[in-house]
Amino acid sequence: MLDIKDLRASIDGKPILKGINLHINAGEIHAIMGPNGSGKSTLSSVLTGNSRFTVDGGEVTFLGKNLLELPPEDRARMGLFMSFQYPVEIPGVSMVNFMRAAVNEKRKFNGQLPISAQDYLKMMREKSQLVEIDSRLTSRSVNEGFSGGEKKKNEIFQMAMLEPRLSILDETDSGLDIDALRIVANGVNKLKTPETSAIVITHYQRLLDYIVPDVVHVLYNGQIVKTGGKELALELEKKGYDWIKSEFDNK
Amino acid sequence: MDEQKEKMEKSLSALYDKYAETIARNMPEAMNNAREAAIGYFKENGFPKRGSERYKYTDVAEAYTRGYGYSFTPFMPKTDRQFMFRCTVPNLDTYIVTIINGWLDAENTQVADGVVATSIENGAKLYPDLFNKYYNRQAEKRTDSTIALNTAFSRSGLFLYIPDNLVVDKPIQIINIMLGPRPMMINQRNLVIAGRGSQSKILLCDHTQTEQKFLLNNVSEIALQQDAKLDCYNIQNFNDQSSQISTLMFEQEANSHLLTNTLTLHGHFVRNNLEVLLKGEHAESEIYGLSLPTGHQHIDNYIYIDHAVPNCTSYELYKNVLDGDATGAFNGYVLVRPDAQKTNAMQTNRNICVSPSARMYSKPQLEIHADDVKCSHGSTIGQLDEQALFYMRQRGIGEWESRMMLMSAFAHEIVSTIRIPALANSYAELIDNRLRSNQTICDNCSLRCGK
Repeated sequence: MLDIKDLRASIDGKPILKGINLHINAGEIHAIMGPNGSGKSTLSSVLTGNSRFTVDGGEVTFLGKNLLELPPEDRARMGLFMSFQYPVEIPGVSMVNFMRAAVNEKRKFNGQLPISAQDYLKMMREKSQLVEIDSRLTSRSVNEGFSGGEKKKNEIFQMAMLEPRLSILDETDSGLDIDALRIVANGVNKLKTPETSAIVITHYQRLLDYIVPDVVHVLYNGQIVKTGGKELALELEKKGYDWIKSEFDNK
Repeated sequence: MDEQKEKMEKSLSALYDKYAETIARNMPEAMNNAREAAIGYFKENGFPKRGSERYKYTDVAEAYTRGYGYSFTPFMPKTDRQFMFRCTVPNLDTYIVTIINGWLDAENTQVADGVVATSIENGAKLYPDLFNKYYNRQAEKRTDSTIALNTAFSRSGLFLYIPDNLVVDKPIQIINIMLGPRPMMINQRNLVIAGRGSQSKILLCDHTQTEQKFLLNNVSEIALQQDAKLDCYNIQNFNDQSSQISTLMFEQEANSHLLTNTLTLHGHFVRNNLEVLLKGEHAESEIYGLSLPTGHQHIDNYIYIDHAVPNCTSYELYKNVLDGDATGAFNGYVLVRPDAQKTNAMQTNRNICVSPSARMYSKPQLEIHADDVKCSHGSTIGQLDEQALFYMRQRGIGEWESRMMLMSAFAHEIVSTIRIPALANSYAELIDNRLRSNQTICDNCSLRCGK
């Protein structure tokens, strides 16, 4: 599904990613953990095409296509989705219109006709139940005045609407209380199919109790320095990141 | 430029001197009595100078020196039916007042029983007391040569009177059209009186129908008597060659409520003077405006609010979306006089420059002489939110579409103040069409974007 080879990227001339290699198959969930400033969010920004970052080298193949040469919207239409760490408020753009535009752009990309009003409303209703999001929220402006928890639920709601092939959950657990965390994780689990994959970026083991990863990577200083099974996350939770840092820094 | 300007000043003065008798013929005494002083003011001061208090960012002479003809008698070519249809607001039934090149077209004017919509000179005959009380009452106080020129020259315009306690059931749509085969300068003078306790909604549509260059200098004095309620919506949509200097002067007596909403879609040069005198206690005004200049257009909104007595409220919100090489200006002046305690005055101006070459000048001014008041002002000039753009694109919405959605969203706050739902829909559509159209389509009238 996704193949990253020696990916290097910088912001304002400062290198952040220093050669990332990562391979994700369909149906897999990969967790990416690591201390602050290790490059986790940069990786998700580069994959989704945020122009603030400069790609300095490497290759990314997504569903057989060279991802790095596509504009962000085409990456999204192909089925790449990111749940933002800080979802953006867009006053004046209603959730309903926003999502309809997004759904229809994807349909157009796939050679389908725009969704009918009736089907769209039905879809909105079903998907909002999935993440237990208040249907009144969907009639408001995008994220405007939403609480932190509502914003994160709204991200997963959008994920449900767009049915991506690969989802990047960028610190979706940050700022969530335990109930919201459970709801968000349940939503992600319900959306999982053998054809879809996910990258879960997190600091903590807690989210991984709910969304169980197949592979865990540790990102440090712009590189993946350790890869293991889900037990690696437990080890990190217990021992912190210092042992990884010292292991790496001594090399 | 200066040479051209002086030449134009001289030629306008000479035009007046030559035709003074023609101008005064069959016109009301109140209008004729005001002409000499007005032209005198113009002769002495010339056009307002860019950089002066009222015209900080705008050179009015530029609009005048483009070469126009002038007609002292009604010049009213037949309007195109198709064009009139374009002014129709879908799902909204309105009374219609038609004005062509400044002159009232009585045949195509039909208002509610009791409402008086007639030519300005006829209004003076029918209601001399009202006319003499309100005509030039506000205009003569203003040190502005464009207003003085209007007072000196005007022979045409609308007299609109909504009698006491009348609740007008449908909006009154004033279709104000410029058309003709040759360039033309028009000085239109309107007097609107909303009687005590009356309630009415006015929709003023200023349009050019032909692709000639026009200069419309329209001055409207609008009085809200005690307890009157008036909504005044104004859509300005001129072709690329034409200019408008629009002056709306409101005076509000006690407990009156005013809402204005000015949508400037298009025009080569637009200067709006919107002045509100709050002269009776507990009067309230809500003043909204949205301008969408692009190409080489220049749009300047000058808002002057005079809190003359205690306990009045004014709420002001103006927005601009500027594209191309357009320039915009906002100058909001709020004066709170020494006795006007418990004044509540809020002023906000928000602007987005979509292109790097668009320029916006914003100048909020508060002059407060009372100590127990609540006043605020705020002004921002920025670009479209890059983070929001990326967020939308990450959801698969293309960059262009995302920009459109963000611009429409920015404008929406102004649309949402409209108290006629069908008109709000129409505004939203006009704005959307205007923003989505490219400049070439917009060369003439942006209402044509839809086709």
